[in-house]
Amino acid sequence: MAVTTTAAATPALENLGAWTAFRRSIGRVVREPLGALGLFMVVLIVGSAIGADWLAPFDPNKIDIRAKLEPPSVEHLLGTDQLGRDIFSRVLVGGQIALKVSLVAIGAALAVGLVLGLIAGFGPRWLDHGLVLLFDTVRSFPTVMFALALITLLGPSLETVVVVVVVTQIPIYARMVRTQTLALRSAEFIMAERVMGAGFFRILAVHILPNVIGPLLILASMDIPFVITIEAGLSFLGMGVRPPTPSWGTILNDGYSFLYNTPWPAIAGGLPVIITTLGFTFLGESLRDVFDPKLRKDV
Amino acid sequence: MWLYLCKRVVLGAVIVVVAVSLLYSMIHLVPGDPVKIVLGPRASPELQAAIHEKLGLNDPLPVQILNFLGNVATGDLGVDVFKNRPVADIVLEQLPHTVVLVVTGIGWAMLLGIPLGCASAIHRNSVLDRIAGVLSVSCIAIPSFVVAIYAVMLFAVTLKWLPAIGAGERGNLASQAWHLVLPAFAVGLSWVGYLARLVRASMLEILGEAHVRTARAFGLPERTIVLKYVLRLAILPTITLLGMGIGILISSAVFAEIVFARPGVGRLIFDAVSTRNYPVVMGAVLITTVLFVVSTTLSDLINALVDPRLRSEE
Amino acid sequence: MRRGAKGAVLEVRALSVEFSTARGPLKALRNVDLDVPAGSVVGVVGESGSGKSTLAGAVMRLLAENTRITAGEVRFEGRDLLRASNAEMRAIRGERISMVFQDPMTSLNPVLSIGTQMVDIQYRRDRSREEKNARAVEMLRRVGIPDAERRMAHYPHQFSGGMRQRVAIAMALETEPALLIADEPTTALDATLEVQIIHRLKDLQRSEGCAILFISHHLGVIAELCDYVVVMYGGEVVERGTVRDIFHRPGHPYTEKLLECDPARIADRSRDLPTIPGDVPDLVALPRGCVFAPRCAKAVDVCGRDAPPDVWLEEGHEAKCHLAAKAGGGAASGFEGGAASGAGPRAGAGAASGTAAESGAGEGAGAGTRTASGGAPA
Repeated sequence: MAVTTTAAATPALENLGAWTAFRRSIGRVVREPLGALGLFMVVLIVGSAIGADWLAPFDPNKIDIRAKLEPPSVEHLLGTDQLGRDIFSRVLVGGQIALKVSLVAIGAALAVGLVLGLIAGFGPRWLDHGLVLLFDTVRSFPTVMFALALITLLGPSLETVVVVVVVTQIPIYARMVRTQTLALRSAEFIMAERVMGAGFFRILAVHILPNVIGPLLILASMDIPFVITIEAGLSFLGMGVRPPTPSWGTILNDGYSFLYNTPWPAIAGGLPVIITTLGFTFLGESLRDVFDPKLRKDV
Repeated sequence: MWLYLCKRVVLGAVIVVVAVSLLYSMIHLVPGDPVKIVLGPRASPELQAAIHEKLGLNDPLPVQILNFLGNVATGDLGVDVFKNRPVADIVLEQLPHTVVLVVTGIGWAMLLGIPLGCASAIHRNSVLDRIAGVLSVSCIAIPSFVVAIYAVMLFAVTLKWLPAIGAGERGNLASQAWHLVLPAFAVGLSWVGYLARLVRASMLEILGEAHVRTARAFGLPERTIVLKYVLRLAILPTITLLGMGIGILISSAVFAEIVFARPGVGRLIFDAVSTRNYPVVMGAVLITTVLFVVSTTLSDLINALVDPRLRSEE
Repeated sequence: MRRGAKGAVLEVRALSVEFSTARGPLKALRNVDLDVPAGSVVGVVGESGSGKSTLAGAVMRLLAENTRITAGEVRFEGRDLLRASNAEMRAIRGERISMVFQDPMTSLNPVLSIGTQMVDIQYRRDRSREEKNARAVEMLRRVGIPDAERRMAHYPHQFSGGMRQRVAIAMALETEPALLIADEPTTALDATLEVQIIHRLKDLQRSEGCAILFISHHLGVIAELCDYVVVMYGGEVVERGTVRDIFHRPGHPYTEKLLECDPARIADRSRDLPTIPGDVPDLVALPRGCVFAPRCAKAVDVCGRDAPPDVWLEEGHEAKCHLAAKAGGGAASGFEGGAASGAGPRAGAGAASGTAAESGAGEGAGAGTRTASGGAPA
């Protein structure tokens, strides 16, 4: 009983420490110009996606042929597209969809990857080898090629995009969980507990999961821009989100078709993608600098 | 080393076999008859049955996979039902276009990225290093299709310096090269960043090693030290990265081929997906996957050639 | 060792070096004086952290980025290396001064053959490729590498540790330098190999006629190889003298302790390896007085108060210790006053050599009574 209490108390203490550490590292990130810029971009994108329904001045699908391909104005901040739809509203709603897709897809990939990684790490050797071979195989398909193959089978849709992301990202999470599990499994303190008769689930819940979840979540947050890129890319090819649903990719595609008439729609479609990817990357870079003591000493 | 290389080759072969089986069963496990997908819902039952028989779809799945693997081994990737031509021919016809694009893209990225990484490492924490660092990260972050579209917008539509679409006149090398500039730029840009960062990091690591101090203690000129004593070692992880990166390169090439309306495997698969021509899709995916496996194995081989430590390992 | 002696190939004067650390400047070397007479072997001995390797790095001007030479001179063949341009310095490295490093496993480039590296360092010589190759093969033979011709094409990892260190020595002597700096060249090797390498080095030193600055923490090796010894502790030279002086009549308590702790000496007498109690001094926040005082069994009040002067013991033998001065007897109290009057170690050091030179005729009489500070007006 005593052991359980300590075990239960320790994570709470750790969390308290983690929270202060988190606040401190955010402080340090903000002090770096690039980190502050990254944080600002991420907050901007996430905030506008969450608040898209209130912020969007127009219905993103409202067609107004008379006002087609207008340049930016006070009324239409980013101009209008070939059907006279307000691009600013479409960008906001498109961001919401992109974020939803990435959260759902990464969440699913994370869950499956965690389970598969634990199985590979804890399971018998043959199963481990088999799973690793499977992960390596999936990773050797060029992402876009594999996505196109899946789309051929499932038809282009938002759901297919999610499936593509889940299938291609599972190996990345699973491999990481496996490596961590293998390292921990042979660690002395876990060996000791096993000798003392601790059950599999106890070891899993008390030792493996807390150690695996942290890096896994960091990996997942770094994955968000990548998933948004896949969604935008496939939608740009006309193989992701179906019209008239707005997506940064379809806005880009529409804009590309009318590039010789007006550059605005294409610029408006590309900009949020750039802001998202740059924002997450800058933020991730400075977070890594903050957390990596070896690099910190350098400065 | 030979043992190690044999292992690598065998593993590569196994991955290809698993990949083929995976793709094949994926297509046949997905609800819906692929033949119906190809022929459309109004095809007569007789025709459907005939195609089924022709493609061997009535056998159990493992048998089908084995048959298919056998065919693949002999270079038979199936037949394009629409054009009635062997898929392998169609894909291999388009492959050179993609390879030229990828090689040009990675080529200019290497020419710029590797010296940039070297300079950053040598002048660490200088203004140049900091600017190069931010630029590298930005290059890596921005997706290649956005780069492609913005490049068209800027250099083709607004400035009218370079052609926006097409691969150039047939037989006119100058025109083809001219048409290659923008796509290669889009494909290579992120690699400038990857390479600069990787070369910088590994240069810094090597520069701190004891043997560099020895070279300095013998008064060797800094140029010799950097180019001969350090770069030769620092380039090793770059080779691995390039081998692994072929997948990303092919993905960027798909976008570049579509944005710039160029021929190539990307264009081919895009058209095939639109018409649900799954034998072609599968053939294209297979060949690019094989390309990936071959290039990672090749990069290991090159590493072993450059690094005598690997060469003499058991 | 004779300081200021004619024909010294290397003269280090009042050399001070600092590392910048998070806690503030770490005074790695303070006021180090050292002479290497032409054609002789000078050993530098001390624990790790005593500044031996920093000394070697400072002479070669190959120090880490966070290191600063704050004062002093390094005169090599009459020229102050600390004031030489980078190009001049590069012309000296590997040509007039060469170096053998501690770890043979990492000090050679792993992806270039031994031959390539040995030919590359002759880049300044106006020789054909064949001649450079021949020179390299000749050097490999002379350090005792069998089948030298064939070994030229081999890579460092194909050599054993001892063979690699031979290659490193061959490289260092290939350009016929005036001075060879060997920074713990045998520390990474086992005892049998160590003996072989030392003998080989001694033979080569005789035939090549170059001077060697030999850095080690191993007294046995020093005794075997060196003519003169400099004992370093906490970034200072605490004692200097001929091998005979140091090993038979140590003048500094630290040297005495080092000799007691040398496994070769005590192996048959006791089962417990004696150690010097306490830790090496913190060179960021230096103790007042003598750096060794906190660990010194013989320390008295003055040791914790005043920096000790260099005390002249006999011709060429000095120790930086209050007790060494007292040992002489009468002059002790007078000396204490002198030290308190604030003659810095730099002035003290300069004066000591002066005293030694003056008293050349009266050598042997009243050894130890003449103290450095005593004779130092400024």
